[in-house]
Amino acid sequence: MTGSNLRILIPEVFLFLSALFIFAYDLGIKRKNPRQIGYIALAGIAITGILLIFFHGGILYHGMFSSDSLSVFFKIIFLGSAFMAIGASFEIASEKIRNHRGEYYGLILLSTVGMMFLSSANELLTLYVGLELTTIPLYVLVAYYKDDKLSVEAGLKYLIVGAFSSAILLYGLSLLYGMTGSTYLVGIKINLSVIFLTYGKIGPGLILAMVMIIAGIGFKLALVPFHMWAPDVYQGAPTPITGFLSVGSKAAGVIAFSRIFVNGLIAFSTDVMKPLDWGIIVAILASAAMIIGNITALRQRNIKRMLAYSSIAQIGYVMVGMVAASTMGVAAVGYYMFIYLFANMGAFTIATIFNDKTGSDDIVNYAGLSKSSPFFAACMTIFLLSLAGIPPLGGFVAKYLVFAAGIQAGYTWLVILALLTAVVSLYYYANIIKMMYFSPETPAQPIKPSLLARLILLIAVAGIIFWGVFPGTILNFATETAKVFAF
Amino acid sequence: MEAESSQLVFYLLSFIIVIAAICVVTLKNIFHSALFLILVLFGVAGIYILLNAEFLAAVQVLIYVGAVSVLIIFAIMLTSHLTSRKIKQSNEQVTLAVFICAGFLLASLASIANTVWRITDRPMPEHNTLTIGKLLMNDYVLPFEIVSVVLLAALIGAIVLARKEGT
Repeated sequence: MTGSNLRILIPEVFLFLSALFIFAYDLGIKRKNPRQIGYIALAGIAITGILLIFFHGGILYHGMFSSDSLSVFFKIIFLGSAFMAIGASFEIASEKIRNHRGEYYGLILLSTVGMMFLSSANELLTLYVGLELTTIPLYVLVAYYKDDKLSVEAGLKYLIVGAFSSAILLYGLSLLYGMTGSTYLVGIKINLSVIFLTYGKIGPGLILAMVMIIAGIGFKLALVPFHMWAPDVYQGAPTPITGFLSVGSKAAGVIAFSRIFVNGLIAFSTDVMKPLDWGIIVAILASAAMIIGNITALRQRNIKRMLAYSSIAQIGYVMVGMVAASTMGVAAVGYYMFIYLFANMGAFTIATIFNDKTGSDDIVNYAGLSKSSPFFAACMTIFLLSLAGIPPLGGFVAKYLVFAAGIQAGYTWLVILALLTAVVSLYYYANIIKMMYFSPETPAQPIKPSLLARLILLIAVAGIIFWGVFPGTILNFATETAKVFAF
Repeated sequence: MEAESSQLVFYLLSFIIVIAAICVVTLKNIFHSALFLILVLFGVAGIYILLNAEFLAAVQVLIYVGAVSVLIIFAIMLTSHLTSRKIKQSNEQVTLAVFICAGFLLASLASIANTVWRITDRPMPEHNTLTIGKLLMNDYVLPFEIVSVVLLAALIGAIVLARKEGT
């Protein structure tokens, strides 16, 4: 019954095997070119992407693992962010990662495998285990600069907060199981409806479970008020890992959230039965994220801390689309994450290269960059403008879609707030651009990224511009993904 | 009659667990904390037996009491002067934390008490080890396999972080 469908696991299994191959290769080869292992990791990701095109569609184990269009869409985002993170890692000086490149790349791949399982999980156990596989390699990767106090501190903070939030999430999931007797999202949905029809109410236990699940996933998403760890961890971690955290790990949180809430608990925000509307809780958290993220970002002098707060705000915008819980909302969230992948990974790639060449993460040191390295400055400008949501870049379309979905669902106050905070965000994004272009200072030496880094930056810029002007292809795909959920 | 006695055992076990758990997080000597942790884990194993989950109870004793606790005690004993040192387990935010936790406890108790829980009327499977084994290898084989990947990732990560440099 399930045997014939096992082929839909091929992409995940292949990526896992590439990680194993990297671990073994790193051990077996004595005199190795550090780049070689990186290229193997990149090839592994690329082949997994190709396999994904051939092997998808269908379910396994009574729908526990579902390779639907939604999961494929997010798997592309995960693979893209892992690809860009590994590409950017080429720029890190070798004494910082020492000789552990094999483990470094392998752990990134394992984390990606976890995200891929998570995105296909339609059952609480698989979802939780996938989430653990996503975060455990990340705890190690964050602390990878063992001689750097900031990195070790970041690793410790991330581990403690991460373990704590996993426990809260697990408690919430177990309450959900205790109420419904099923770990399958479909079963939960049906049983909750049965309970509601029998007793006329669900009881406050559901609220408790929802609050705990929102808190648990909120920690992973760095949603306010669960964001305290983010700035320190983002600052201390190796910069490519910070990018991977802010895109890959967040996208994993986004899909887990949409599976549980937008799919599993959707019946409880429609008009037919309305014991609890989780939308309002999430809407309040989203508005807090947009306000606190954007206003705190104004005062940051370190580029990684600034991007950390900016990504807290960005997840607030994503949540505007999420609370809409409609076809348009899911499509908008998907499109938003897709563009966010290019813009945020691009910005972190630039921060990596800049740190490698100048040894600094301070925004002040970006002054006059356009004179010494015009290509570099131009890329950064595109990324920042897209994050700010300036037309005709992808970030504008993404914000527009999310806001439109919010208004359609009746969250007008939230969208007005989002618009106002977006204006605030323009200030700190534009501040860096002003630094780079209109500062009288001239940096000593130009920054010359490697060919691979240039290629990645070019792809990211091209993606932002192309899909900003012609959003059709991605938007159609994202709308297709929304059909997975029965609205 | 039987239900009443099992309830009595439940409250007794819970009482031991809660007291021991409070000791774990308040005692100043970390070695004593570890010993109380073992008591907590034993108590949880007792609750599993009460719920007819003998397999889980055995696993709990073997892994948590047997392996994890012994490792913790080894780590404490092998760290010099740790057993004799007094460690303060709280900081100046302790009052605030107590209030927040108490509030959370009350809220969860109130909502748990007012909720309809799903109670199955099916009899417990006679051989629950067999049932768990079958489920793990059939319906739940996917998360079971992913867990082994999680363990691999944790092992490799621990080695990377703990490895002595320069070799």
